[in-house]
Amino acid sequence: METPLTKYIKPNQAPLDLKEYEKTGGYEGVRKVLKGMLPDDIIGLVKTSNLLGRGGAGFQTGLKWSLVPKEKDVAGVRYLVANADEMEPGTFKDRYLLEGNPHQLIEGMIIASYAIQAEKAYIFMRWAYKKAEVIIKKAIEEAYSAGYLGKNILGSGYNLDLHLHTSAGRYICGEESALLNALEGKRGIPRAKPPFPATSGLFGQPTVVNNVETLSWIPHIIENGSDWFIKLSTSGEGGTKLYGVSGRVKKPGLWELPLGTTIREIIEDYAGGMQDGYQLKGIIPGGASTDFLIASQIDTKMDFASVRAAGSRLGTGTMMILDDKTCPVAFIHNLIKFFAKESCGFCTPCREGLPWVEKVLMKFEEGNATLKDIEILEFHTKYLGPGNTFCAHAPGAMEPLQSGLKYFKDDFLRHINEKHCPWR
Amino acid sequence: MLSEKEREEILEETKLYPYPKAACIDALKIVQHHRGWISDEAIADIASELDMSRDEVDGVASFYTRLYRKPVGRNVILICDSVSCMIMGYESIYDYISKKLGIKFGETTSDGRFTIIPNTCLGDCDHAPALMINNDHYNNLSIEKIDLMLEKYQ
Amino acid sequence: MEVAMVKIQIDGTIYEVKPGKNLLETCLSLGFDIPYFCFHPSLGSVGACRLCAVKKYANSNDKTGRIVMSCMEPAVDGLIISVKDPEVKAFRASILESLMANHPHDCPVCDEGGECHLQDMTVMTGHNYRRFDFKKRTHKNQNLGPFIHHEMNRCIQCYRCVRFYRDYAGGKDLNVFGSANNVYFGRHEEGTLESEFSGNLAEICPTGVFTDKTLKKHFTRKWDLTNAPSICVHCSVGCNTIASERYGSLRRVVNRYNGDVNGYLLCDRGRFGYEFVNSTKRIKNPQLRQSKESALEVKEVSEIIPKLSEALKSKNIVGFGSPRASLEANFALSKLVGAENFYHGISDKEYHFTKLCLQILTSGAVHSPSLKEVEKANAIFILGEDVTNTAPMLALAIRQATRNKSIEKAEKIGIPKWNDAAVRELAQNIHSPLFIASPYFTKLDELAETTYRATSEDIARLGFAVASYISNDAPSVDNLNIDIQNQAKRIADALKQSKNPLIVIGVQGNEDIAHATANIALALKSIDKKPSLSIALPESNSMGLGIMEGKPFGELKIENDTTLVILENDLYRRVEKSLVDNLLEKCQNIIVLDQLMNETSSKADILIPTGTFAESEGTLVNNEGRAQRYYNVYPAIEPIRESWRWIAELIRIQGKPEGNSWQKFDDVVNSMVVSYPIFSKIKEYLPNADFRMFNEKISRQTMRFSGRTAMNANISVHEQKPPQDADSPLAFSMEGYQGVPPSSLTPFHWAPGWNSNQAANKYMVEPNGELKGGNPGIRLIENTTDQQQSYYKNIPQPFKPRNEGLFIVPVHQIFGSEELSSNGEALSSRIPEPFIKINLKEATRYSIRSNDTVHLTVENIDVLVKVEIDASIPDGVAGLSFNLPGMPFISLPKIGVIKKS
Ligand SMILES: Cc1cc2nc3c(=O)[nH]c(=O)nc-3n(C[C@H](O)[C@H](O)[C@H](O)COP(=O)(O)O)c2cc1C
Ligand code: SF4
Ligand code: FES
Repeated sequence: METPLTKYIKPNQAPLDLKEYEKTGGYEGVRKVLKGMLPDDIIGLVKTSNLLGRGGAGFQTGLKWSLVPKEKDVAGVRYLVANADEMEPGTFKDRYLLEGNPHQLIEGMIIASYAIQAEKAYIFMRWAYKKAEVIIKKAIEEAYSAGYLGKNILGSGYNLDLHLHTSAGRYICGEESALLNALEGKRGIPRAKPPFPATSGLFGQPTVVNNVETLSWIPHIIENGSDWFIKLSTSGEGGTKLYGVSGRVKKPGLWELPLGTTIREIIEDYAGGMQDGYQLKGIIPGGASTDFLIASQIDTKMDFASVRAAGSRLGTGTMMILDDKTCPVAFIHNLIKFFAKESCGFCTPCREGLPWVEKVLMKFEEGNATLKDIEILEFHTKYLGPGNTFCAHAPGAMEPLQSGLKYFKDDFLRHINEKHCPWR
Repeated sequence: MLSEKEREEILEETKLYPYPKAACIDALKIVQHHRGWISDEAIADIASELDMSRDEVDGVASFYTRLYRKPVGRNVILICDSVSCMIMGYESIYDYISKKLGIKFGETTSDGRFTIIPNTCLGDCDHAPALMINNDHYNNLSIEKIDLMLEKYQ
Repeated sequence: MEVAMVKIQIDGTIYEVKPGKNLLETCLSLGFDIPYFCFHPSLGSVGACRLCAVKKYANSNDKTGRIVMSCMEPAVDGLIISVKDPEVKAFRASILESLMANHPHDCPVCDEGGECHLQDMTVMTGHNYRRFDFKKRTHKNQNLGPFIHHEMNRCIQCYRCVRFYRDYAGGKDLNVFGSANNVYFGRHEEGTLESEFSGNLAEICPTGVFTDKTLKKHFTRKWDLTNAPSICVHCSVGCNTIASERYGSLRRVVNRYNGDVNGYLLCDRGRFGYEFVNSTKRIKNPQLRQSKESALEVKEVSEIIPKLSEALKSKNIVGFGSPRASLEANFALSKLVGAENFYHGISDKEYHFTKLCLQILTSGAVHSPSLKEVEKANAIFILGEDVTNTAPMLALAIRQATRNKSIEKAEKIGIPKWNDAAVRELAQNIHSPLFIASPYFTKLDELAETTYRATSEDIARLGFAVASYISNDAPSVDNLNIDIQNQAKRIADALKQSKNPLIVIGVQGNEDIAHATANIALALKSIDKKPSLSIALPESNSMGLGIMEGKPFGELKIENDTTLVILENDLYRRVEKSLVDNLLEKCQNIIVLDQLMNETSSKADILIPTGTFAESEGTLVNNEGRAQRYYNVYPAIEPIRESWRWIAELIRIQGKPEGNSWQKFDDVVNSMVVSYPIFSKIKEYLPNADFRMFNEKISRQTMRFSGRTAMNANISVHEQKPPQDADSPLAFSMEGYQGVPPSSLTPFHWAPGWNSNQAANKYMVEPNGELKGGNPGIRLIENTTDQQQSYYKNIPQPFKPRNEGLFIVPVHQIFGSEELSSNGEALSSRIPEPFIKINLKEATRYSIRSNDTVHLTVENIDVLVKVEIDASIPDGVAGLSFNLPGMPFISLPKIGVIKKS
């Protein structure tokens, strides 16, 4: 089984430095594109590879790149931004790549930048990743001194500057347009779409924002082609995926597996199954903002289409396990508390609705809830739905709540009837 | 007034953007790095350095959670209170630390040594529960490890 | 320009609408009541509140549709929407429910109550049942200074305040702080709001967070106010206002929408200056001085009549008109004294400057733009004027004009202008070219491509040079240094390339600058451009007075036995004290008609109490040449009368025929148009007192007016008959027409369901568009004459610092340099101490420091001033605060000497 993204990552060891990375064939992709590929060729190749964004929304990467207007149409700098904000509870995959193989990301960014003819690129990284900060900084310096970054890269005439920006906290800054505001030194509030970043992005210029995992794929696709990439997956969506599991499993962790591996395989074969004495009750498949799946759906394939068909989203692919010894209401309450705290405060339903939901869930936990409160929760799952809010933050928050209310309704009712939390 | 070092570091950051104002968050972080937190005076300093108004700088500063507008202790303990850590029992870790230091979330010990702040997911979910002290991550926590861990921070 | 209309379908009906608007504006124009908060017609959309939701259907087969925000959707051809779909209506009610969760529900004690957009929207959406049963979040309030009261708990986080204050008006000291469910709108630190436009917060804020503090001091319920359409009397821009009264005192001034002038906004001088009307300095009774040595004594009207008749028998009667008095009052005075004895009562400099400007504006080379047109300029050159302080709303319009480049850029890639945040994010720091030449820093400098600090001579030289670079026929300027040449070229290029080039000058400049401006205009015209020229004149009727015949001070010769009649004018603010003293001493009789005690009125022999703008009717001509009328808010209470009415009385005493034929206001207007045919347009345009809407007068009170029977019950239980108004088509009561009257006669904005100022939209063809029946005012100056023009050739010599002292230039202040507003209680607390600005080099030379108090001597006038170090002032120059209360008038620029006190 191929694991292109993580092959050279050794847990608890320093990542490959530039020399070592080059020895594994690193930066060959950059050489290849700068010598012989036109930007449009690269975009075409990425398109045929069907690389779907790994940041959560699964938007086709090649298509996103192709939306950037051509240089003759819009003057000025274009930007590429690697989204390394990763603050979604349960998600820890980008960190692995940032700490484990920084040059792979940098190479991907150089190629992507060239494809959209960007002159400047930023890595927007979460403040908490202190180790990654050191590692990335060093890697950027190495890339500059080896002439992969800066002016006239490898004599091609192409210039690219790459900088690391570490954020100052707040989950919403991972949302790509809020990220752009944060990168401009402003309050990290999302922007209206349209216009999309491809036409008006960072500093008002055409910009592409891609996830770290997405960008890390680029050198491999350049190297091995799109057929190879598609065949890596079991589902035809292309590539492998970093899957993670946290919660009461025997071996929580992160694995690179073909896109389309089933939940059962991931939990049983890789995470070692549930800890003794714990039963699987629910699965949040891809970060806090995805709908619950339940134990009976364990054979769902973890790819974009299959998880969608099962009623949830692949999201970030890092799943959280709800076990039978954890109160589902408390679990959801914890998520909602997170989302309420992390709302940017711009639009009404999210800013006012999430704290309300949070307070109502608190009532459940304290044993003071009534049937009316179920109504209020159900009301909010629709009220804070997609399109109703300014960005996808609040709708994301509603996913675990609405599916939780569906699958664990009895547990909510028990809180009401027993007037306390049955798990306490 | 900004120290020479702070000013130099801020100037370095401004070079990475098309205009100085864009380095506002970096400047705030630099000042916080040197002074522990961001006072009103620091806001004014940054404002004049980046040709912004104080209101504009504070509007940004008050938005971000990891920018402290109130004094914090010499060491800041960020305890992850997100769901994986909850499942794995961050609450008992917090209770222990809280009792030991005699402070609750958002408080600072009277000797100014520690502040505890709840924090959203630290990206250590596979090694929950987790926390951070200053720049260091600690994970797979258990109560037994805590005393020793805290000892390192004076 | 005709644009092809598009068809959209709303709840099954097809409408033809203008493209390029957002759906919310479109639906509001069509008369649909779609609720909204974060959208404001002058601020555009950001999509924050989520209240303006409608259902949008993909096509005619789509029966489910999806919720979209109408403010963020372009009205495009073929669109199918529903505004009354049950799901979308429920959603809108839910938004209100959310916003009400933390709202304090303190409507009974809230200053916004009854005029509150939040109340209106709550009712409109039908939210009425409270489900949120937790503790409310609370905030602390701030003291924001004398104008604006802050009550943060009422906030619904629509972000309008910061978007107006920062983005629109360029304010720096207000912002949003915090995040999530704890966002705070206020200042970083408590303190007085610095923006000249802060008062608009009271109207922009849809709730009671920001309210008018001056109203609070003498609060009354909004529905109990008697209102009148009025015109701001505090500068030459002529913003339209609604002034309101209760129990005989003026309670507040708010915006009256005029799509060509002030739109939805006012400056703080215009909004808060009104308090002078209630000032303790008001002259409420006739006063008489028995002999030159005795003091003024209050008298009955009957007691002054003999005195007046005696005085008016003098051989020489000389009248001083006023740029702050109406056309009608000035005209009446000129009738009283005879045109040959009518003086404009302003400084000679101002007199000649105004006449010259009028000549330029009517010459055919240049257009006099409305503020709306100023907003469309895409290259602007300001010469010698600090517009923010002399014509604040013009400055605000210029600020908007500098956005045109970014709006064009956005539209090119399909981002419509109304998508406000998107346009700003795209454009970042780009601005349409703005060039400012001024002796010192001005607030607009931050938007300027280049600034040039110099005195009027050099500014004029730059202007002449610009003209010469536009057209070779214009005279060129010798001995310009290369930097200035380059700057002039750059300005010339920008003006040449611009579709709508605009030049701005004003009273701080001089005739040289006006000449240079005329050359630029002519040069632009010669290359087939249509240049505009905005002139900031000092007072509300400077232009109107300028149009009238009359003489400058300099021509005045006092003969024996002279009676002086001074109309609404403190001559001590116009010319040097010694001159006025001298003049007044020589006159036999001094009759002063005015509203406030001032140095001149205190020297009167006969003092006559006249009505302010609130107690009279009159026409003012703004700097654009637009004639507009203000109406009594309440009747002048005897013995206070309108100036024109008092003068008619004087004429009657004098025995001239007008004395008897001038009974009503319209009578004066009729006489006036005979003498001044140019004013006949006013008569044609403005409805006379006989005008009726469906046989009814237009009521000054809304039908919500309450308690008329109880108002005076402590005096008499019998309900008083409302006063009658024979001079205008307005009625002093709630009886009468309540609908949309002709725009010039709009006493209030109200519509069913719309009790807040947002009701104004119901009076317009479309939000932020033209008022139904056209915007108020009639333009008197059109550049159709097309006379033969030639370039001015009198280029001044460059400025040289003088050894004898500093070259003192005037520094106008929004608060303090205008007489009437300075007497307002709240506003007066914002007036700075008299100051002098000089740069550090000069300060060092005179060994003075910031905040020192020094003596400044100009000719033989000595004034104590505080030193402000200002790096922007050129060497050899100092800026002196102009005509602040307590300062003697000094005609500037002149050489002055500083001595440490
Ligand atoms: C509230 C919110 C938070 C997000 N956080 C992240 C994040 O931390 N990292 C990330 O890559 N994408 C995040 N996204 C998704 C981004 O908006 C964007 O879709 C992604 O960076 C695009 O990358 P991709 O096309 O490579 O997937 C977030 C989205 C939302 C709505
Ligand atoms: S849904 Fe609204 S308040 Fe929530 S994060 Fe997005 S824009 Fe901000
Ligand atoms: S008015 Fe449309 S979202 Fe606020």
